[in-house]
Amino acid sequence: MTAQFKPTELVDFVVIGAGAAGGVVAKELSAAGFRVVVLEQGPYAREKDFSHDEIKFLFEGGFTNNTKLQPVMFRKNEREPAIAKKAIMYGRQVGGGSVHFTANYWRFHESDFHERSLFGEVPGTAFADWPISYNDLEPFYTKAEYDLGISGLAGANPFEGPRSKPYPLPPMPVKSSGVLFEEATRKLGLHPFPAPMAILSQPYRGRGACVHCGFCEAFGCEVRAKSSSLASVIPMAEKTGQCEIRPNSYVRKIETDAHGRATGAVYFDAQRREIFQRGRVVVVCANGVESPKLLLVSKSNLFPQGLANSSGLVGKHLMWDNGIMASAVFEHPLNEFKSIQVTRVIHDYYAADAKRGFYGGGGIDARFQYYPAGFALAGLPDDAPRWGLEYKKTFGEYFTRTMTLLAHATSLPMEKNSVGLDPEVKDAWGLPGVRITFENHPDDVANLKWLLEREHEILEAMNPKKVWSVAPDPVIDTSVHLMGTCRMGNDAKKSVVNRYSQTHDVPNLFVVDGSNFVTSARQQPTATIQALAYHAADYMIRAAKSGDLG
Amino acid sequence: MNSTRRDWIFGTLGSTAWAAVAAAQEHARQSVEQPAAAKLEFFDTSAASDIAAIAEQILPSDDGPGATEAGVVFFIDRALTTFDTDNQNIYRNGLIDLNERRRKMFPGSESVAALSNAQQSELLRAIEKSDFFETIRIHTLLGFLGNPSYGGNRGSVGWKYIGFEDRMVWAPPFGYYDTEAK
Repeated sequence: MTAQFKPTELVDFVVIGAGAAGGVVAKELSAAGFRVVVLEQGPYAREKDFSHDEIKFLFEGGFTNNTKLQPVMFRKNEREPAIAKKAIMYGRQVGGGSVHFTANYWRFHESDFHERSLFGEVPGTAFADWPISYNDLEPFYTKAEYDLGISGLAGANPFEGPRSKPYPLPPMPVKSSGVLFEEATRKLGLHPFPAPMAILSQPYRGRGACVHCGFCEAFGCEVRAKSSSLASVIPMAEKTGQCEIRPNSYVRKIETDAHGRATGAVYFDAQRREIFQRGRVVVVCANGVESPKLLLVSKSNLFPQGLANSSGLVGKHLMWDNGIMASAVFEHPLNEFKSIQVTRVIHDYYAADAKRGFYGGGGIDARFQYYPAGFALAGLPDDAPRWGLEYKKTFGEYFTRTMTLLAHATSLPMEKNSVGLDPEVKDAWGLPGVRITFENHPDDVANLKWLLEREHEILEAMNPKKVWSVAPDPVIDTSVHLMGTCRMGNDAKKSVVNRYSQTHDVPNLFVVDGSNFVTSARQQPTATIQALAYHAADYMIRAAKSGDLG
Repeated sequence: MNSTRRDWIFGTLGSTAWAAVAAAQEHARQSVEQPAAAKLEFFDTSAASDIAAIAEQILPSDDGPGATEAGVVFFIDRALTTFDTDNQNIYRNGLIDLNERRRKMFPGSESVAALSNAQQSELLRAIEKSDFFETIRIHTLLGFLGNPSYGGNRGSVGWKYIGFEDRMVWAPPFGYYDTEAK
């Protein structure tokens, strides 16, 4: 029997967003005995609502944000007018992006947390160290891996930081892309390792193992083998009897009192009635776009430039989902449409090296992330015909014989890149639409070009029939890794939250999700988002018990 | 999800309400069960035969089932009255413009469908950079390779053509190179 609270009840914690971070926070707090209401703007879709429907989930946007209802405006910089564009995308449902993600789950390196000290300044950026170290987060990475169920091989990545425990589950079986990648990278003196994935290679804690259907990325897992927060921590939270997940609840404002303390959240329910849920503490886990937006719309007399925004940095330092792909086609079928998307990775090129002439670096993985129609429309070389018999024959031959490499790369934090409120455009509930201002730093573009060369080297070493790629285009498409916009730091003038994801300005207000990131590391942020969530929840529990959060 | 080519996927068909997608699948089930009986809701007969001819040029049947066998025109027709109503005007205006161009290029011709193969090809080459052609192209591929519940990819002919099979359960080894490695 899951909990149900009245909005007028003063619950202990109101969590906003039931995604990767929100699910973790809800579970930790409710397991510690606190009463928790989680307000999620999206629906509570479950396994029966998931299907292998490429049209519904890729072309029609599935459970992602609908820009007809919640417009997104985009401009490269302040000099340009903003245009309507789905420049950012997130999972708008219970489980958030962790329902549809590819499930890559490697840990950031030790260096990522103090890369500024290691590498030096990057002029024109807000490149900085994190206020926490890998060692601070290590126990929480481990907790995440065990709670969610992560498959991998400890020690296989020579560049990974120290681990207190091995992965709870062995790696997923290798695919043809992984075999070819492993041979080629070893030939080149590199160190391929089994991809750590948030997918169960074996039955685990009441959930069955992956059945290799192939529909991970962009799709919800029908058999609960993908370790979304929906499949794992959210049911755990509900089972405590202390946590209510309240879907279709779109928060329009966090309320504060005359003392500047958060008192709860006003939200629109499914019938668009406005309801105020009272809480002793408010935790915002709405993602790197929705969290800053909510703080900005929650301005008041005490917080004229937005709630918890005395630094002026709420929404600033937006970092992007930079990556670059290269593909190759082979003589025999790989059948990459079967099973999970990624089975092998290298981190040999991860660390930044000033000798290259730019700040950068990245991981490279072996994968295939296309579905049938998407492959025919976007997966072929640029010099392939686009219609007619030769076109048809090409995708007919290539679909089962192609693999791709993806380099997950850097995105430098710059104050001018931001999430803001559009001055004119409103969403279907009357809230301002978001306005994204973003352009890449030249080092990030140089890095993508450099990684693309490395990808070509690796693919050529596989002796394929053909290799192809598209040059990095400085005009960005859609970002799904939303980071940086409520930056973590020790100095309240230079950050929005402290090392525990507690806002500097409002002691009973936390923001914990990708917005906390000081630097982008090399993307694929979910493992680190969830480690931060466990880390923040640990503090919240201690502080709440000792009365520090009121 | 870092391809530089993801733009077009999210921009092309516009966002939609759930009910519309469900409606499309409901209606389309009929065409899967009784292919010949699928009713046109948006195109009149001549527009449908023109669209079918264009789709056949995009995915011909020379080397195996193509747009025609897959029922692409029925997919497009259904899409335009359910989840992709936003693109109705691009088809209305596009067909008008296309037929004007056809009359200029091939005086005395009666329809796109009535042109010879070479003539159709030439006509489409003249518009292949247009938004209209790109929309038909995308719809044709969705109608060839999308779920059969939408009215296209009849009998999964598109999936069979590319070697794809939609199954819940596979087991390793998956392909040639991991089989060989074992």
